Amino acid sequence: MTDKRTTEADVVAELRDGMTIGIGGWGSRRKPMTIIREILKSPVRDLTVVSYGGPDVGMLCAAGKVKKVVYGFVSLDSIPLEPHFRAARQNGSIEAMEVDEGMLQWGLRAAAMRVSFLPCRAGLGSAVMEVNPGLKTVRSPYDESEELVAMPALRLDVAIIHANRADVRGNGQYLGPDWFFDDLFCMAAKRRFMSCERIVDTADLLKEGSEQTLKISRMMTDGVIEAPGGARFTSCAPDYARDEELQREYATTPWEEFGPEWLEMS
Amino acid sequence: MTAVASRAEVCAIACAEAWRGDGEIVASPIGTVPTVGARLAALTFSPDLVLTDGDALVVANPLPVGAGPEFSKVVEGWLPFGKMFDLLWWGRRHVMMGATQVDRFGNQNIACIGPWEKPKAMLLGVRGAPGNTVNHTTSYWIPNHSPRAFVEKVDFVSGVGYDRVPPSAAVHEIRVVVSNLGVFDFDTPDHSMRVRSVHPGVTVHEVQAATGFELHADGDVPETRAPTDEELRLIREVIDPQSLRDSEVKA
Repeated sequence: MTDKRTTEADVVAELRDGMTIGIGGWGSRRKPMTIIREILKSPVRDLTVVSYGGPDVGMLCAAGKVKKVVYGFVSLDSIPLEPHFRAARQNGSIEAMEVDEGMLQWGLRAAAMRVSFLPCRAGLGSAVMEVNPGLKTVRSPYDESEELVAMPALRLDVAIIHANRADVRGNGQYLGPDWFFDDLFCMAAKRRFMSCERIVDTADLLKEGSEQTLKISRMMTDGVIEAPGGARFTSCAPDYARDEELQREYATTPWEEFGPEWLEMS
Repeated sequence: MTAVASRAEVCAIACAEAWRGDGEIVASPIGTVPTVGARLAALTFSPDLVLTDGDALVVANPLPVGAGPEFSKVVEGWLPFGKMFDLLWWGRRHVMMGATQVDRFGNQNIACIGPWEKPKAMLLGVRGAPGNTVNHTTSYWIPNHSPRAFVEKVDFVSGVGYDRVPPSAAVHEIRVVVSNLGVFDFDTPDHSMRVRSVHPGVTVHEVQAATGFELHADGDVPETRAPTDEELRLIREVIDPQSLRDSEVKA
């Protein structure tokens, strides 16, 4: 049996400048923040970040780690606009691929299925097609009149996610209402790392949730980190709610002040 | 005696009316007043609507807006984001989104102000607007009607309007735009925006002055209907007892 326990530092040691990393969670919900913190402390840069974005994207932008963001939105949920992502977009310091949130899912699914694209309707008619000149359309071989977006595969070098529970073998469990697209992020990536609130015995996984909560199979992960509170200040239902006070401080304090403080928190 | 409805309550009725006749589909309201409207519609004239708690649970009992975790939900289903995407591609949904900008033909912008390459103001990003508008019915809610929101041309097309409908859209319907001043639709020969009704106390002139393009108006524009006594009771006592609607629409 492989014991996949590892540390944030060992995960980040695998990152190289220019890599494409996918980050699980959604907005300001269940983000692998202790791994993000370790990336911020590292020298790695020029990352392409694929995310249903929240403070993960904002912090990486603020710390100058980002070359490009692939997103449908970046939001702190209770605070709709992400201040550091906005600043990076507005001062032109990052590249962007902005697509419909369903297109993002389709891109991850294409990578997971090992096809170069998947057809979808989302995007047609919108300015998404104008600002992503690389986006092409495809005509149905079954119906000449049907022209769809060929959403390209979003292939990831590394995926990082945060789960409620996991075992040392890398099985992951979601106890909240939504596991978002964490499984697809893992299946789209070459290397996959999962932090979790608590590592439990495999035999105990069904003590807190049904078999339907076992969304991440050990085939989808290369490393597991036990990180209690590892999603803070984002939410991690049902273990804890978003720390709205800390999030507000993050959103209203210049990064030069907040960043060093946050890096020291654990 | 009929109680007098506030502007927020009239807006809630106007939002509720957007879902009239929709049958058994998911109503996805974004924002407080649309949420009050959708829940009111489900409690009255559109009883088959499927409503979520704003998160992943489909809830069968009337959930007050802003209800805390102590409020007991009757859960009848589960719609995490992945399932919601499946469902919207299936078409059984009518969303009412916000819009930082909307134009004459119902194009909507929530992405950015100024050029996309280097925006003057980065907003949310397109979110699900491109997919929503080519897959199922979409409406918009704009609580601050002004020439900055109702513009001749949006800076970035997030939600697709009537002048850009792609041939492969499954359906395309921008049913209504509800603002704090009135209700607007695209029921004109060229699908340009029309004033369907003005809220009580608002004139067509005021609405036109607050709009950055010429609105279509057919003869005497009617008033948005007032809530019935029972609807007012439901809004005030059941759906929004904390009056959260008033923080979105000033009295």
